[in-house]
Amino acid sequence: MRREIPLGITIFVGFLAIVSFFSPPLEALGEDFTLFFDIIAVFAFFLGGGNLVRIHANKLIKKKPDWIYSIVALLGFFVMLAAGLFKIGNPGDISTSVTAPGSLFAMLYYNLNLPLGSTMYALLAFYVASASYRAFRAKNREATVLLLAAFVILLGSTPFGTVLTSWIPDSFDFLEIPNLAVWIMSSPNLAGQRAILIGIGLGVVSMSLRLILGIERTYLGEDRG
Amino acid sequence: MIARRSTPDSGTCGSLRISTFCLFLLLGVAAQLSAQEGAVDTTTRSNPQIPPAPVTSLIAEDFNYDDGENIMLTWVPSIDDQPAIGGVTGYQVFQIRNDGVPEKLADLLPGANSFRAQDLQIDSTYRFYVVALADGVSSESIRTAPIRTEREWIDWNLWNLMLITLIIGGAIIVFIETAKRGKKLFVRKIAGLEAVDEAIGRATEMGRPILYIPGIQDMDDVQTLAALTILGRVAEHVATYDIKIRMPVSRSLVMTAARETIKASYQAAGRPDAYSEDMVSYVTDEQFGYVAAVSGIMVREKPATVFLLGAFMAESLILAETGNSVGAIQIAGTARPAQLPFFVAACDFTLIGEELFAASAYLSGEPRALGSLKGQDVGKAIAMVAVVLGMAAVTLYSLTEGGAFKSVADWLHTMFTIASD
Repeated sequence: MRREIPLGITIFVGFLAIVSFFSPPLEALGEDFTLFFDIIAVFAFFLGGGNLVRIHANKLIKKKPDWIYSIVALLGFFVMLAAGLFKIGNPGDISTSVTAPGSLFAMLYYNLNLPLGSTMYALLAFYVASASYRAFRAKNREATVLLLAAFVILLGSTPFGTVLTSWIPDSFDFLEIPNLAVWIMSSPNLAGQRAILIGIGLGVVSMSLRLILGIERTYLGEDRG
Repeated sequence: MIARRSTPDSGTCGSLRISTFCLFLLLGVAAQLSAQEGAVDTTTRSNPQIPPAPVTSLIAEDFNYDDGENIMLTWVPSIDDQPAIGGVTGYQVFQIRNDGVPEKLADLLPGANSFRAQDLQIDSTYRFYVVALADGVSSESIRTAPIRTEREWIDWNLWNLMLITLIIGGAIIVFIETAKRGKKLFVRKIAGLEAVDEAIGRATEMGRPILYIPGIQDMDDVQTLAALTILGRVAEHVATYDIKIRMPVSRSLVMTAARETIKASYQAAGRPDAYSEDMVSYVTDEQFGYVAAVSGIMVREKPATVFLLGAFMAESLILAETGNSVGAIQIAGTARPAQLPFFVAACDFTLIGEELFAASAYLSGEPRALGSLKGQDVGKAIAMVAVVLGMAAVTLYSLTEGGAFKSVADWLHTMFTIASD
């Protein structure tokens, strides 16, 4: 029964989701199931939070390597939790939103969380440079094509690309680097992306049918012994 | 005589002439004024106190293929609805319920000629009228005939999508049934999946852990489900070879599902005692907080193998590059085309799009699962034929202006376009 009930729910909800797409009266029902997911996810958040506290508390108590960082993690977790749950430092009464300007929660979020997130995001530029360096080596024929295409697109996005090929007569303007860059993006690149997207769409259909028909049950923790 | 008679006559005639002149002058002025008034009519309404002309030809029709809560109204705007004369300033749409009480549904701008009345009661009768508004005055249209809202159970606007779903879904089911009967199905080799065993073997030899990242989306994303199904196969090998697996997740639901999956794999491998809940841990829902934590784990624990399978966004390259910098063999896969180039650049093997969804079937080798992959190929064949036919039809039409080619192109366009309301 531990496997059958979740499987039954999957099959029922899966088929209903398909039917509700084509049936206007059932459309709202399909949307309600999305709402159920949100409700379940809220309860699961307690499991996640509990797990986070348990792991870091354990690390702290047993003085495992890098236990000092666990203090930061736990402190951050509990301060944010208290600020949100008890509305500490909230302007106005308890009915005011926890994210209202001036609240402790908003202050921590905007002055600590967001800058830290932005810092991580800003690092992306350096990672792109490092990955590009390795990706754009002309190791074989395909990589050479990729390198050339990338070179044209990069040049085409800069004023330098326009200056380089400004001498080309108007009748051959398609050979100008910015125009070549536009052509690469709108023709071969778009065609490739669409081909991948068609494959993805079909893959999703196939995977969904395997889940709905109960062929794929690994995610339920199926006993395959 | 003439002179004598002419004297008084000339005086009479003079006044007559003056009178006649005055009369003509008056008539002329009146005509001129009248003509000027006519000219003024083209820029402003003659009398703002007179209501504007009402809308005409008001028709109410039940909205097609809906759940019975919509009625479509169309009308011909008032003849005074011209910006040049500044006549109609807007329209109001009213519905009359069964109890006869009118209720305003909407205020519309000048020029409006249709309105969709929504959130009506199913199987109820309504009448409607439209009011044309001018400065302080208005005029009502005639009431529509009573119209009943009807509920349709199938949205036939989506007939093409329904047909495609039936064909592809049917093909998948047929191939699954074929495989169940024992027919051997050929599936092409996927390099990224062939490398799974090699990657696990490397971790075994090096005595270092395997890091498994199932993306940053929740259980309602099919990519996360695909990642968990692959996890089941990977965890079975992990249990057999007694390797350490670390799986930090960004969603608590994924954490519980992943624990169940790994636990089942350990049981399947005959090593339930080796399973520990700490293999899967929740980090944070925050995107870059999660990235920072996972990058930290990579740098500290230096895993031999990293699996990046699931739905990723901007964090994909940070994770893949960090994994690369610690010398891990990396197998990545996602169905987000924008992230694929990053994985291709930074990882050893990449499952491109559909390969992520094919992975679990491929790894399990179960005939029914492989059958679904063959059914998927039918869909691909249909897409390829449609793309080639469409290209040929559009090209030939542009070259020959032949109507037959246009019909083919239009039909294909209709067939593969989702109709909107």
